[in-house]
Amino acid sequence: MDFQTVVFYFFSTVLVLSALRVITARNPVHAALFLVLTFFTAGGIWMLLRAEFLAIALVMVYVGAVMVLFLFVVMMLDINLDRIREGFWSYLPVGAVIGLLMVVEMAIVLGGKYFGLEGMPAPADPGEGYSNTKELGRLLYTEYVYPFELASIVLLVAMIAAIALTLRKRNNVKVVDPAAQVAVKRDDRVRIVSMRAEKD
Amino acid sequence: MESIIEPVAALFGPAWPLVWSLLKIIGIIAPLFLCVAYLTLAERKVIGYMQVRIGPNRVGPRGLLQPIADGVKLLLKEVIVPSGANKGLFILGPVLALGPALAAWAVVPFSEGWVIGNVDAGLLFLLAVTSIEVYGVIIAAWASNSKYAFLGGMRAAAQMVSYEIAMGFALVCVLMISSSLNLSEIVAGQGRGQWAEWGFGFLSWNWLPLFPMFIVYLISGIAETNRAPFDVVEGESEIVAGHMVEYSGMAFALFFLGEYANMILISALTSILFLGGWLSPVGFLPDSFLWLVAKTSFILFLFLWFRATFPRFRYDHIMRLGWKVFIPLTLFWVVVVAVWVMSPFSIWK
Repeated sequence: MDFQTVVFYFFSTVLVLSALRVITARNPVHAALFLVLTFFTAGGIWMLLRAEFLAIALVMVYVGAVMVLFLFVVMMLDINLDRIREGFWSYLPVGAVIGLLMVVEMAIVLGGKYFGLEGMPAPADPGEGYSNTKELGRLLYTEYVYPFELASIVLLVAMIAAIALTLRKRNNVKVVDPAAQVAVKRDDRVRIVSMRAEKD
Repeated sequence: MESIIEPVAALFGPAWPLVWSLLKIIGIIAPLFLCVAYLTLAERKVIGYMQVRIGPNRVGPRGLLQPIADGVKLLLKEVIVPSGANKGLFILGPVLALGPALAAWAVVPFSEGWVIGNVDAGLLFLLAVTSIEVYGVIIAAWASNSKYAFLGGMRAAAQMVSYEIAMGFALVCVLMISSSLNLSEIVAGQGRGQWAEWGFGFLSWNWLPLFPMFIVYLISGIAETNRAPFDVVEGESEIVAGHMVEYSGMAFALFFLGEYANMILISALTSILFLGGWLSPVGFLPDSFLWLVAKTSFILFLFLWFRATFPRFRYDHIMRLGWKVFIPLTLFWVVVVAVWVMSPFSIWK
């Protein structure tokens, strides 16, 4: 067994175990942290495939941004575990059917003749000097430029929609405009009056 | 050099690459920790002189052994775990605060070829590693089971995520004009051009054409490391010490080490990306590792100078600066630089 295989099995073991812990951990914060570990090890496996851009993007976007905000929310929730566990048995049949359906779908996709190992031979070794980042960039901005731009517009619309849905204008907020604060002169605030000394 | 290494390599056999990497890592980490120790002393001395005080001068000649004494004191103190804390995560927090700050040095080049991992995606790796730094703070804050710590953690999460975006866009400008993600090549690219040929190397570095990005990167770097005037995460006057409030002894020291290691990292990166790394500013002096040290020290001095000069920002002002000033500015500059690079006026051909 060469070094790469050892690393692959190490990452895979950590990945599967931490993915299991995501759904079995009792504490939601622990579950979220195990999800972070799952993303991180998935990035490691992609790195082994010499897809360094995708691996680093996964860590940057999911671990560095999405999960931070996710944790932010989970940590502030007051979750009553007993209340969540109450409905477990009544929801189990529905959950089991959906789970089974997903297993069947995955089996069809992975076992079908178009997606089997024979249908997808390992790509040839690109050799020294191959840059995954450069290749991806070239493909994205030449061959796939329209789908890429379309996807970004869909994301932009979703982003604006999310903001528009949650934006509320409140009339009674006492916000000060920092630009106006900085631009303030002494004469706007202080009036110096000369008055005769009062003495009695 | 070769004649010394080869017999040792034969001794370890197939394990040699591992041992050699480990040696290189120690070769970077050990001096780094020494720098961190003396940066704390430099900080107290510099701020002392700025405030017309002397600063620490009791331990050793001119106070030079002060960091050693501080380190010993912190090592000997008990690490107290609060009874309401989540024990495993409470220990994990400080480790995660220090880890990424050290991991990032793997791709930082110190001179021509002096780098552990001369990888093509070096800049991306740095972005990824600096983006996971926030976990140490968040985990520590939550695991402490304390209101002050938790508020600090929330502030840290919001602040670091916000300023990372502006930093990322500033880096996009740098990589567009150097058309490489490799840090060594980014430095080499800054040594080419008309000014460098005339012997005024410092005018061909990235700080001049990308001046607004240089400023944005520097300020975001200060915010990213939670240093004054952006240190609301600690905010002694409001939330005592933020995420560190429940920590003592070596666990607290790890946060401290992480913060200072991060400061050195940001300074070194600013020097490499915008100030020409190890390149000499003038034609008649040779390029050297010492230039990088000098530039990094200068940026570190700026960090201390800012701390002594500016009062702490209010939290909503920090958010406003990040989201309403830096991000639109950097977005605009990405477009400007992109047009500039592709236009006939491009100076990076």
